Amino acid sequence: MSDPAPICLRITATPVEVRAALTGLMARPDLTGDSDFRQRLEIALAEILNNIAEHAYPAAPGRIGLCLSPGATGMICQVIDYGLPMPGLAAPAGHPPPMTEANLPEGGFGWFLIRSLCAGLTYRHRNGQNDLTLIVPWHQ
Amino acid sequence: MNLYARELADTLVVEVGEDRIDAACAIQFKDAMRELAGRAGTRVLIDMSRVRFLDSSGLGAVVAVMKLLGPDRRLELAGLTPAVDKVFRLTRMDSVFLIHPDLPAGLREAG
Repeated sequence: MSDPAPICLRITATPVEVRAALTGLMARPDLTGDSDFRQRLEIALAEILNNIAEHAYPAAPGRIGLCLSPGATGMICQVIDYGLPMPGLAAPAGHPPPMTEANLPEGGFGWFLIRSLCAGLTYRHRNGQNDLTLIVPWHQ
Repeated sequence: MNLYARELADTLVVEVGEDRIDAACAIQFKDAMRELAGRAGTRVLIDMSRVRFLDSSGLGAVVAVMKLLGPDRRLELAGLTPAVDKVFRLTRMDSVFLIHPDLPAGLREAG
């Protein structure tokens, strides 16, 4: 059996377009993986794409390229944008936000979720382009 | 943002009639909940059984709703679907809210 072809999407970086892209992706018959995997994929991609919308393109919505290709251990996700680089030219470590009963965090969970759900994450900024690659494991 | 509220005994039950609470609607969810929570009732329970997906923005909005209820009113959740449950568990927020697997029997609509 040959590997399924990669799924590639172009997305305008706004929360509404991100939602439309994700619901469209999840409905595709050629998307492989079981329901547990799909839930993890959708959560991870939502965090990544909305982070780009918010932080890479703070002034005006730019373009995001997303390619998903099935690999041995999981779905390889390549995400490209042409917005601002990540601070320090590095992907955030994704520590969980400090949590106390008196002061519960309302944000700061995005990169924590990405790091929790993904493996093999690499980030590079070159020639005005952000390249983020990561793997969402088939089984976790 | 479709939220369906009904008061049963001392509980305001809010059913979320959306299949997502995400970055595209988290603020609307929070604002609509703020309006509803201004009503009486000591306990607020959100029925999430129709919500198929929630991201960190949606999670933040649920936390914000709990905060705006203040220390004397509880926020409870019911009917977390698998993807929503994952987000609560991964972020340890499942330890912060009282989460019912299903809508408690006494709070189901009669008939």
